[in-house]
Amino acid sequence: MVELADEVKAYSDVICALAEEHEEIVLLVADMTKPYFLMPMVEKLGRRFINTGVAEQNLMGISAGLATCGKRAYAHTYTPFAVLRACEQVRDDIAYTEQRVVIAGMCSGINMGTGGSTHQATEDIGILRAMPHMVIMTPADARESAKIARASYEIDHKGPIFIRLGRYPTPVVYQEDYDWEFGKGVTVREGKDLTIIATGHMVYYALEATKILEKEGIDARLIDIHTIKPIDREIIVKAAEETGAIVTAEEHNVLGGFGAAVSEVVVQECPVPVEMVGIRDLWCSVGPTEEMYEKFELTEPYVAEAARKVLKRKK
Amino acid sequence: MVDNSAGAKAKIEMLEEKARELRRKVIEVLGNSTGGHYGGALSAADALSVLYFDIMKYRTDEPDWPDRDRFVLSKGHVAVVFCSALSMAGFFPYEDVLNDYNALGSPYAMHCDMTKIRGCDFSAGSLGHGLSAGVGMALAGKMDQKDYKVFVMIGDADLQEGSTYEAAMSAAHYRLDNLCCIIDRNRICVDGPTEDIMAIEPVQDKWKAFNWKIATIDGHNIGEVRDAVLNMPAGSGRPYAILANTVKGKGVSFMEDRHEWHYGKCTPEQTKAALEEIG
Repeated sequence: MVELADEVKAYSDVICALAEEHEEIVLLVADMTKPYFLMPMVEKLGRRFINTGVAEQNLMGISAGLATCGKRAYAHTYTPFAVLRACEQVRDDIAYTEQRVVIAGMCSGINMGTGGSTHQATEDIGILRAMPHMVIMTPADARESAKIARASYEIDHKGPIFIRLGRYPTPVVYQEDYDWEFGKGVTVREGKDLTIIATGHMVYYALEATKILEKEGIDARLIDIHTIKPIDREIIVKAAEETGAIVTAEEHNVLGGFGAAVSEVVVQECPVPVEMVGIRDLWCSVGPTEEMYEKFELTEPYVAEAARKVLKRKK
Repeated sequence: MVDNSAGAKAKIEMLEEKARELRRKVIEVLGNSTGGHYGGALSAADALSVLYFDIMKYRTDEPDWPDRDRFVLSKGHVAVVFCSALSMAGFFPYEDVLNDYNALGSPYAMHCDMTKIRGCDFSAGSLGHGLSAGVGMALAGKMDQKDYKVFVMIGDADLQEGSTYEAAMSAAHYRLDNLCCIIDRNRICVDGPTEDIMAIEPVQDKWKAFNWKIATIDGHNIGEVRDAVLNMPAGSGRPYAILANTVKGKGVSFMEDRHEWHYGKCTPEQTKAALEEIG
């Protein structure tokens, strides 16, 4: 039985504690208090808790206005609405103006299986990555989610921070505490034959894939890139140099997403074969979450198959 | 309340002269550059005169003064009149605007940019964004128990953008009586009269329906503009809209009510004629 934990709850626990501690934090939701586990904060924060109702453009604009007055605004909604509907407010009012606003996006990737394409986000990395000074972080699991939540307050950064969250509990990757640093990938497993560079929930499937590969005598390194932007170029280059082949794994369209970001580094600094696991330019479907990962060929057999494929291309 | 005092009359004359100077600067700057948004800049001049030379609290030597009143120009494409006002207020020399407007890398260009312009509280360009930012600023003022006011100027096009109504709804919900939205209702958009292109009337009723207090005035009557702003109902728990009926291109007869002058470039002869007419 796979152990699951709720990364949204883990995020919220940290944010709630931070908000109680730091007067300048303002929590905003677009009718998302309950999904984000923020109910106790409504009374605790009083005026510092703002519900815009279902009005995501206003959510982002208000957050920007608050930030110009020295507030640390945390805007909560689903990722498709944050990044698509309110894209221009995020771009013009928050990113261009370099306002320190944290945008927490739930339902990223295909984790809300039953919601269908309107409630799944498979293009957000591509869109946000193209905005200068945008920070993008995504947790592999609940433990990492808490670390990202804390980093969102602590890091020295002028501009927006996007946190890419799922919707439902996800498999636990990190059983114990571990060293985590903003902007630095985590080597989950050492290996010499190839490197799987995964982000978000795909770290779990990639980890399972390394076990399959190990049985076949393939020694795969696994790197968790929790900070998609700015990306850890050093760990990617080192992986390319030392293992000579890379598989990327993301819960996002392979066009313009995480695999593209890794590939940009690889082709510029140490060209080696790259295979990408991700959504293959398809609209997502509807179904139970666990079945969705299988349907879109994101689970461990597909990651393992990409590894075999890239090894054949390795010189 | 109507202020009929002798002091008020002198102040109105001063503000009228400031508005004239703003209009002159709009014509000069755009004539000296690659052109721009004459019509909407000229319609906004009187309200800006009242705000920057009578009403608003600010410090030119401390643009980020936390207690200052805020101004958000949501119709950001008329930055030329806004930058002129800021220069007249003393934030930077007018010559910088005159010489650098639309130049490569200049702070002074078509749209206002808070990252580059001293005294500019928010950036704009894409329409329909400004009122939300103003709501955020007004909420911050309430949180911090400050008595600053937030003024947002929107144009007709902002009234066609749905996001403006999201912001209007939230301002009333959060009882932001420290927020004033000035509607520069010059009635002309890029393609022609708003009511032909996409009708936005009845504007007054819409804002009332959103539970705002609204004053409808002649936006070129400085006394009316000033009284309307002074009548902002602090403590009422209601946000305040001033529906300023204005004329696109006000002050230059060949531009007035002409959608062709939404954006344009005067010939040197037209610039001369416009300046002579403004006086």
